[in-house]
Amino acid sequence: MEHGAFGDQSNATFSLTEEDHTLANAVRFTLNQDPRVTFCGYSIPHPSDARVNIRVQTTGDPAREVLKDACQDLMLMCQHVRSTFDKAVADFKTSERGQAMNIDSEE
Amino acid sequence: MAEKNEKKQVNEGKGKFSSLDLPDLPKGLPPQLEFQRTRVLCNLDAPIHTDTVMYGGAYASMGVDNSVQLDYFRQKFRVEVVRLTKDDMEFDLIGIDPSIANAFRRILIAELPTMAIEKVLIANNTSVIQDEVLAHRLGLIPIMVDPRLFEYISENDTNNEKNTIVYKLHVRCERGAPRLTVKTNELKWLPNGSELLLDSKNSDSNPTSKPRTYTSFSCSQASLPKFANNPINPMPDITIARLGPGQEIELEAHAVKGMGKTHAKWSPVATAWYRMLPEVVLLEDVEDEDAEKLVNTCPVKVFDIEDIGNGKKKATVARPRACTLCRECLRIGEEWEKRVSLRRIKDHFIFTIESTGALPPEVLFTEAVKILEDKCERVITELS
Repeated sequence: MEHGAFGDQSNATFSLTEEDHTLANAVRFTLNQDPRVTFCGYSIPHPSDARVNIRVQTTGDPAREVLKDACQDLMLMCQHVRSTFDKAVADFKTSERGQAMNIDSEE
Repeated sequence: MAEKNEKKQVNEGKGKFSSLDLPDLPKGLPPQLEFQRTRVLCNLDAPIHTDTVMYGGAYASMGVDNSVQLDYFRQKFRVEVVRLTKDDMEFDLIGIDPSIANAFRRILIAELPTMAIEKVLIANNTSVIQDEVLAHRLGLIPIMVDPRLFEYISENDTNNEKNTIVYKLHVRCERGAPRLTVKTNELKWLPNGSELLLDSKNSDSNPTSKPRTYTSFSCSQASLPKFANNPINPMPDITIARLGPGQEIELEAHAVKGMGKTHAKWSPVATAWYRMLPEVVLLEDVEDEDAEKLVNTCPVKVFDIEDIGNGKKKATVARPRACTLCRECLRIGEEWEKRVSLRRIKDHFIFTIESTGALPPEVLFTEAVKILEDKCERVITELS
């Protein structure tokens, strides 16, 4: 899964199967936010293969850990999106119900 | 996680002048760069500044941190629901990067499972619609059941009550009768599984055993508590075929769980899309005839006229959200490009989800976010 130069942990390419732009582009975004990353990018070597290669180069930290942190960040972001969304939907539903009741009472 | 803590300490160690501490993060950026960073400008010929600046250190030389730290994201991110009905919703995602909004959209279309008809056993079809076309039409019918109650079926699995839904269709147009339209309401759910017998040579050898069919249900789906009071029906009132006098269709359809990336029939959304929030700005006052001209040119009525006294009129931007960026207002004349500025806000997404009926749209979105979380988790576990 990980292909890197022996000895140098800070540069590596990770090959993820069964993934596509959906994950790779989102992870590329979170990787780019990390100050430890000097370069990152991804490629899909062949459109018929369900596989992406993610390249990570860092200032010295192991690329593996940096990628793991990026995934962790993305996951936390998703959790926040989900809780915010659920709350917004619940609020919308209650306010809509309130409005419907007001209309009923006016009639 | 230890790594994480270290990182935080380093950040804190940097001193009191981290740009993250400023009340408004991009404060330090000059206005033209800030504009490039946050807006797409739609000129008459082409939109410009369409790319997003992803790299966290892009403005490091100006002492501005471009990275979206998690705390900052949590502070700024908002969701506003605009419309929510049984099978359609519109909401705003504010303060999120396009790569993540796009991941949600892609997952909604291609990676959320639903149930759809995959195998059709045709016993008789004398209608004008060919078997394969009929089977394809059946495949596209939305089945209104929560796919989370079912399991995926793999190649070696047998069809059982946990992974298959069976429907029967037997319709006939009698001779002398008018043409018959066959709707999805005619599909009858078979909670006990297939009724078509398998050909087997040794069926006579054991007459007491249950005859083998194309499915092997161990119990009736109707006896399971989750389906006891709500039969699994397909979306009603969809035309399947039309039969002339004397024509008949008899078939059995087996629905299984699948994902939109295998075939679009498994996609739980009719469409899921987003657009960035339009921002319409009048760079100078547009008055009297010009104002009239502007209001009448816009096909979606973005502008309104306001009376400013002494019989003078002024154009105002009333409904920027309706703007489709048709740019008709810029085409009125040469000088109009200096009067009206059409922009899009890069981190404000108007998200629309149209569900096909299996699950309500708000559930679809939360499921999509969960799938992205699962993907991250998979990578983390594989790396550890």
